[in-house]
Amino acid sequence: MKHIAIGILGAATLGLVASAASAATLDDVKAKGFVQCGVSTGLAGFSAPDDKGDWQGLDADFCRAVAAAVFGDGTKVKFTPLSAKERFTALQSGEIDVLSRNTTWTINRDTALGLNFVGVTYYDGQGFMINAKKLPGVNSALQLSGAAVCVQSGTTTELNLADYFKTNKMEYSPVVFEQLSEVDAAYDAGRCDVYTTDQSGLYGIRLTLGSPADHVVLPEIISKEPLGPAVRQGDDQWYHIVKWTYFALLQAEELGITKANVEEMKASDNPEIKRVLGQEADTKIGTDLGVSNDWVVNIVKTVGNYGEMFERTVGSGSPLKIARGINALWTKGGLQYSPPIR
Amino acid sequence: MQEHDLSFVRVEMALAQSAPASERGLGAWIRKNLIASTGDTILTIIGIVLVAMILPQLISWAFINAQWTGADRTFCATVAQGGIQPDGWSGACWAFVNAKFGQFMFGRYPIDERWRPILVAILFVALLVPLLIPKVPRKGLNAILFFGALPIFAFILLVGGVFGLPHVETPLWGGLLVTLTLSFVGIAVSLPLGIVLALGRRSKMPIVKMLCVIFIETVRGIPLITVLFMASVMLPLFLPAGVSFDKFLRALIGVSLFAAAYMAEVVRGGLQAIPKGQYEGADSLGLGYWQKMGLIVLPQALKLVIPGIVNTFIGMFKDTSLVSIISMFDLLGVVKQNFNDPNWATPQTARSGLVFAAFVFWLFCFGMSRYSMFTERRLDTGHKR
Repeated sequence: MKHIAIGILGAATLGLVASAASAATLDDVKAKGFVQCGVSTGLAGFSAPDDKGDWQGLDADFCRAVAAAVFGDGTKVKFTPLSAKERFTALQSGEIDVLSRNTTWTINRDTALGLNFVGVTYYDGQGFMINAKKLPGVNSALQLSGAAVCVQSGTTTELNLADYFKTNKMEYSPVVFEQLSEVDAAYDAGRCDVYTTDQSGLYGIRLTLGSPADHVVLPEIISKEPLGPAVRQGDDQWYHIVKWTYFALLQAEELGITKANVEEMKASDNPEIKRVLGQEADTKIGTDLGVSNDWVVNIVKTVGNYGEMFERTVGSGSPLKIARGINALWTKGGLQYSPPIR
Repeated sequence: MQEHDLSFVRVEMALAQSAPASERGLGAWIRKNLIASTGDTILTIIGIVLVAMILPQLISWAFINAQWTGADRTFCATVAQGGIQPDGWSGACWAFVNAKFGQFMFGRYPIDERWRPILVAILFVALLVPLLIPKVPRKGLNAILFFGALPIFAFILLVGGVFGLPHVETPLWGGLLVTLTLSFVGIAVSLPLGIVLALGRRSKMPIVKMLCVIFIETVRGIPLITVLFMASVMLPLFLPAGVSFDKFLRALIGVSLFAAAYMAEVVRGGLQAIPKGQYEGADSLGLGYWQKMGLIVLPQALKLVIPGIVNTFIGMFKDTSLVSIISMFDLLGVVKQNFNDPNWATPQTARSGLVFAAFVFWLFCFGMSRYSMFTERRLDTGHKR
């Protein structure tokens, strides 16, 4: 009764009421006609507005893939920019259906916070960027003894940094700032030789430096920051849809299905490709999942496979130019691995 | 004979002499204002040196070297940074502001629907300007249209969902649209509410007085960030599942109530400055409470506190930037958000965007401040000391 009363009050007086989700997220999503996706308030390459104000990036594209799987149409997605503090509340309260916001997968978040992480769309970790002019010849973090390191205070980054130098018995002088923008400015002004934060962030920062060519991102990663999308606990069907959307992106890359050739691939003789693209006679893979049987076709048509998505948003096709590294497929020495779709 | 005793009597006025040369012209002005004493001279020299150091660089950065048009970051980056500018180039990247201008004004409001906020803005200006110019007649009708009809019309037009207008959710709003909506609603709600609270606080009715005191002291005792945070993060957890009020509305209510508490204290200062005789005079004329307040006390009190009221307005206008911590993007929030667009990431992007935002904020705040000075002069009737 209280429910209804408040609902009516809200609707009548304000006309500005957004509906929230109950257990069957898929039904809700289908009823409202779009996927509500939580993204960051702006992180280069992951989710940032372009000139038209549309969200672009790896995280944003993942939500388009989910929309394509559910509706066959990647535009049926609405984005909610969320700050780090708001993100979990927004998911718990049903304001969003998927949280795709460069969020690190930890056990605490998976259990105590009532989230289910679907996978790791980007393996990140804390890295180092150095000014190669000031530190010539350095090509490993283990050569950084005695360096002045710029770092943001009060973050896990700062703690990881201390641990790393202590473990490797090296000295360093920290140059600590409260705001990330201050760290950028200090590093650009040459107050320190080394900048440390998440490696994906270092590439974005390098673009804003006066002479980017002088700065090198070192290969070492000193912490694990697996970033991935998450959904609410307690709705297995929706969890499976989002999880297998991610796996389908990987599977498509593994099988060489791209945005350009997906229509031709439908006629392929390869049984695995046929199975993944829903071209087998009386296949039930898609319908068992709760979506249409050509869901993988829709996903790939919308955003391409994982590799295409990666290169377009953060890789060689973007200004960030991040190398695939451990985000390559398992067949190419990376960690991205999909269980079979069969 | 007696005429001879009289010395000279002047019949016409002596012509005014012009001031001595030492008191006239540029030289005298400089002597009086710039080099009157050793201290003044030193300060003047320091001032000139500072201006000479900053101004040429500023002008060359903002105008001469600035890049006005361009499609992406290459136009605002030097060759070493992967762009087309010569190495060592330093200029404003107005191309960034240019490309993102629509977003800075309207946020992510759908491009096809942007005529709606533009129409509201035109009506807003068309109704506000005659209201601000004292000579224009029909103030009553104008005020009813501005404070009564315009908000309803603007609400229908901006939110949509009726009369065939597509619904535009508030999370898509942003930029100057959000800044101005928050400020206008905040100002329009906080002034009347603040007056009521101030009167309530000075009321002789104990319950009314207590409620007003509790409200004012509670709201003034917590920072605006806390209010916004409660509204955005905590409130959804208290509401039953399935009900969520629009976040923009929550922020609007939060900002308005917050400003009202401050306004109440400003108005109370004015009320306390009115001599007791005024109250007693009104009583002796047989005026009731509301007549006394409306006709005698408030007109004098509000006039006294115009600077304080405008101060609160300007403060609130700038405080609206805080909504970006609850992921709503006012002008400054949208500008900062766009720094993350990798297609525009250059060393100049952030500077140019911030200078643009600062300029827009200054424009509005300066306008408000000038108008308040004008109003003070116009209402300055016989209290000059």
